[in-house]
Amino acid sequence: MKDKSIKDRILRGLIWLSALITMGILVWIISYVFIKGMGSISWEFLTGMAKGDGEGGILPMIITTFYVIIISIAMATPIGICAAIYMVEYAKPGKLVRSIRFATESLAGIPSIIFGLFGFLFFVTALHFKFSILSGALTLSIMVLPTIVRTTEEALKSVPVSYREGSLGLGASKLSTIVNVVLPSAVPGVLAAVILSVGRIIGETAAIYMTVGMAPYIPKGFMESGRTLSVHLYLLAKEGISFEKAYATAAVLILLVAFLNFIAKKTASALDRNKV
Amino acid sequence: MDHTGLHEEKKIEEKSYKMAENKARKRFEKLVEAVFLFCAFTAVLSVAVITLFVFARGGPFIFEYGIGKFILGRQWQPLGDVFGILPMIVASIAGTFGAILVGVPIGLMTAVFLSEIAPPKIADITRPAVDLLAGIPSVVYGFFGLVVIVPIIDKWLGGGGNSLLAIIFILAVMILPTVVSISEAALRAVPREYREGSLAMGASQIQTIFKVVIPAAKSGIMAAVVLGIGRAIGETMAVILVGGNTALIPDSILDRVRTMTANIAIEMGYAFGMHQDALFATGVVLFIFIMGLNVLLNLLTSKAGD
Repeated sequence: MKDKSIKDRILRGLIWLSALITMGILVWIISYVFIKGMGSISWEFLTGMAKGDGEGGILPMIITTFYVIIISIAMATPIGICAAIYMVEYAKPGKLVRSIRFATESLAGIPSIIFGLFGFLFFVTALHFKFSILSGALTLSIMVLPTIVRTTEEALKSVPVSYREGSLGLGASKLSTIVNVVLPSAVPGVLAAVILSVGRIIGETAAIYMTVGMAPYIPKGFMESGRTLSVHLYLLAKEGISFEKAYATAAVLILLVAFLNFIAKKTASALDRNKV
Repeated sequence: MDHTGLHEEKKIEEKSYKMAENKARKRFEKLVEAVFLFCAFTAVLSVAVITLFVFARGGPFIFEYGIGKFILGRQWQPLGDVFGILPMIVASIAGTFGAILVGVPIGLMTAVFLSEIAPPKIADITRPAVDLLAGIPSVVYGFFGLVVIVPIIDKWLGGGGNSLLAIIFILAVMILPTVVSISEAALRAVPREYREGSLAMGASQIQTIFKVVIPAAKSGIMAAVVLGIGRAIGETMAVILVGGNTALIPDSILDRVRTMTANIAIEMGYAFGMHQDALFATGVVLFIFIMGLNVLLNLLTSKAGD
């Protein structure tokens, strides 16, 4: 393990330095935002109405974010799971599968601003859904679809073949094998996929800005405009409305994402235990 | 006699009932398979519809206005109906290139650290940190850039701070998690024997990493770079917050710049008519860049699969 030359020692140093930089940046960002933001997070801030263009509380933004998450996930999850089941359990290699795989990869690579343009053209304008929670949730459900499909695929693939053989050998049909044996074993993986997607929706700004809009009120229904937490932070920072509130909103966003990462890790480790 | 006859009849009836049930069951299974297939096909459908809508809305403008005038035009003056997006194309490419230049070496070395030399305990802290870095919303990066990085640049280098350099810094940080996790997977996929062979020949661990392991993981690392480029060129909100958004070709790294993505997001709110068409056309040009990257990525990953 001893390095033979000075060159080796320098390169080893650079590797450690890079890892240190990566960690350092994360610590820097998180500690900075928390130190500046934690002081402004209060019960009134979390449960108060917005005043004017950004002062006051963030309750409307929390509720709007929640609505967008619920509808997007409710739409994307069943479609994503069924798609993954097809790709893992039914599909035979060929042109069709290749094109589906290429489309899924492409969809994952499309930037959120393009999703925003599309959502604005299709849901907001062509289908007359206006700037609304529904327009945004539909756009976002397409956006998170690749995450759900790919993560669920991995979870299904990790279910041992012997489980399927056992069930089929006992005379169960393919479908009932999938529903009763394969899917239950893959549940933690599917949950991890959903949690990852929730994180993505919370962090999304550009696509939501162009489909949900930015009305700072509690939406009365799914056909109304609203303002999510990320869009709120963007507007506070861009218009220089209130940096104090911006720090606090950023801290809330990081807390949410960190919490989701923690939960995702717990469910994923449940999947690993399952494998043994 | 009668009795057994009745019995036989009942048996036949039962059998045919069972066969019908089986047939219904089979038909049901086929139907469900078709539903699964349709769901899988949603991705293809979505890509097709997104492409169609964006191109149908933005494409015609490019031809009416003139491809050359639009893409190579140096002036963007919506009020005077002058729409040249060369400054935005230059800004997007320069920002992305800079981010790759800074982010890829650091990301790749962090991946090497995780897969080759990190003590397990340290790797167990570093990996979740990288995941968290990936999860932080882009607008938070932009905000951090605005309140921390921009003032630092202004203090040390002058020029106000809102600049191409600030964009490069923020994008480099944002592509780090992508580069780290994809490269790490590629490095881990290199068979153990490669390393053992190299070490047995007397090479040091560091020599083995740089002469054997990294070259063997080349196509996976390239895929990580391409994904990083895609993330950087498509980033919008963070770039708006730190870039200064002046639609001029930058002379220096400290100039204020506006990327293609920023151009769309900033002006879409109030644009109409030809101006709005020009913004959708900007989206088309961005989309073509991304499609090129996707094809490249597909070539790289299918090669890695062989």
